[in-house]
Amino acid sequence: MAEPLLRVERVFKRFGGLLAVDNASLAVEAGQITALIGPNGAGKTTLFSIISGFLPPSEGRIFYRCADITGMPPHLLARRGIVRTFQIVQPFAGLTVHENIAIGAHLSRRSRADALDAAAEVASTVGLGDLLGRPAASLTVAGRKRLEVARALAAEPQLLLLDEVLAGLNPGEVATMVPIIRGLAERGITILMIEHVMQAVMSLAEHVFVLAEGHIVAEGAPRAVVGNPRVVEAYLGHGAAARLSAAGAAHV
Amino acid sequence: MRGPSIAHIVLVIAALATVPLLTASNVVLNFLTVALLIALVGQGWNVLGGYGGQYSFGHAAFFGTGAYVSAILQVRYGVNAWIAFALGIAGGALVGAAIGLLTFRSGLKGAYFALVTLAFAEVLRILASVAPITGAGVGILITLDLRPQAFQFQSRAPFYWIMLAMVAVSLVIVRLIEQSRFGAWLVAVRENEDAAKAIGVDATRVKLAAMTISAAITAAGGGFYAQYFLFIDSNIAYGPWISVEALLAPIVGGIGTVFGPLLGALVVKTLGELTKLITGDAPGLDLVIYGGLLVLIIAFAPRGIAGLLADLRVRFARLRSSVSERAHG
Repeated sequence: MAEPLLRVERVFKRFGGLLAVDNASLAVEAGQITALIGPNGAGKTTLFSIISGFLPPSEGRIFYRCADITGMPPHLLARRGIVRTFQIVQPFAGLTVHENIAIGAHLSRRSRADALDAAAEVASTVGLGDLLGRPAASLTVAGRKRLEVARALAAEPQLLLLDEVLAGLNPGEVATMVPIIRGLAERGITILMIEHVMQAVMSLAEHVFVLAEGHIVAEGAPRAVVGNPRVVEAYLGHGAAARLSAAGAAHV
Repeated sequence: MRGPSIAHIVLVIAALATVPLLTASNVVLNFLTVALLIALVGQGWNVLGGYGGQYSFGHAAFFGTGAYVSAILQVRYGVNAWIAFALGIAGGALVGAAIGLLTFRSGLKGAYFALVTLAFAEVLRILASVAPITGAGVGILITLDLRPQAFQFQSRAPFYWIMLAMVAVSLVIVRLIEQSRFGAWLVAVRENEDAAKAIGVDATRVKLAAMTISAAITAAGGGFYAQYFLFIDSNIAYGPWISVEALLAPIVGGIGTVFGPLLGALVVKTLGELTKLITGDAPGLDLVIYGGLLVLIIAFAPRGIAGLLADLRVRFARLRSSVSERAHG
């Protein structure tokens, strides 16, 4: 098999006495949508921060296109094509939607006019085309999540790290966001997404990693993973899988 | 980005340039020259504080370096005043880059950055008050030589026009920054440093560049001060007064705007003079007024006078449209 686009190898992260990431390894194949799921506090966002250069790992290595990128600062990773979004949205609150997205577009464009043109184009692909002149601070949660994606997209990533871009959205908003994400993948952007909205994970992801208490407890196709007893236990507690299947048997 | 055009800047500068033709009053010209000096120093602060969000309490470090480098080169080494002035700007920029390197690379932000810049300015002040080369406690007197090639003039008007030209250059520089990628990155760092990094902005480098430009502009003010008053000592050059004026002008006028520092400097200086007129020369009372003004601005007009004017314009436009609607309805 060809070398994956991104390979995380035996990564550990300690915060004092807390082991947030405990020997996690995963691989993201080029051109796919890969999901990283797991219960709250499993270490998903920490792992994301390590991949995107915001945190150094205590141990372990990250490879991107076969190159060791461990410990490289975020702006250099962005120049290599790895761009992340934030779970807690981080808009440039004092700027307009247009100016926000243009900052991303400036990564590959020096001219202000070019960046603003590119930003307008990106805005329309994520459905922010009508809100260009609005201050970012005035957007709704759904709007801010879109802005988060648009800004990252304007930086023209090859690997896009999406941290819960569907969290906090109502079902209607999720339904409009899912095709946008699929559209990105169809344009050839490799996506690694942290997501809690399982319906979206099932319909979008080709491969799923499950992180629990800092380590990967399961991986595979979405359908196979959600049936995995270790995954059920990670979410519902030790012994839950056995109790559930016993209860299921009793009802038959 | 929204903002005034170069034509606006030309217009304002042209209007100010006519003042010496209308009045020969030394009091007026002296007042305006000092106000413009504060506008220049404030514009320097505005690049880093207004656009970059890094609030320095120690711009005296750059002002003083510009003044001392220029004065020392002239008095001790016989360097031409204009060349000394240019080298003073370079010296200020260098000090800015050095302090920036130390503070930004160690990740100092917000109040910590403010305190460290204050500390640097104070260290320089104390060094200048004891080192022989700076004239220690006595200060430096620049030899009187009233010739243009010595950057000294018989009358106030040439000084005024030179100061105005420097303000004009600083306005154009800031406007060009506003329209550039560097400016967009700088504002992004101010608004949210992590988000900026995630989309490829080298935040440390952007802040360092801003601090260097900021320091150079402020140092130009210091060099001019030395030529204008022909005397500096450690409390003038590196004293906290100039750090306060540097941040007061843009905050009052409108932080992160092209004309904010100029507007703020004119308002602050006018208030200062009025206070002196009303109270007689009670020492320190103008500082009390400045403090009160700062509190009022931060509480009621955080975007300064420029922001207040913009709000009023929006409100006025709304009022007019609703009136015309009623008239047509």
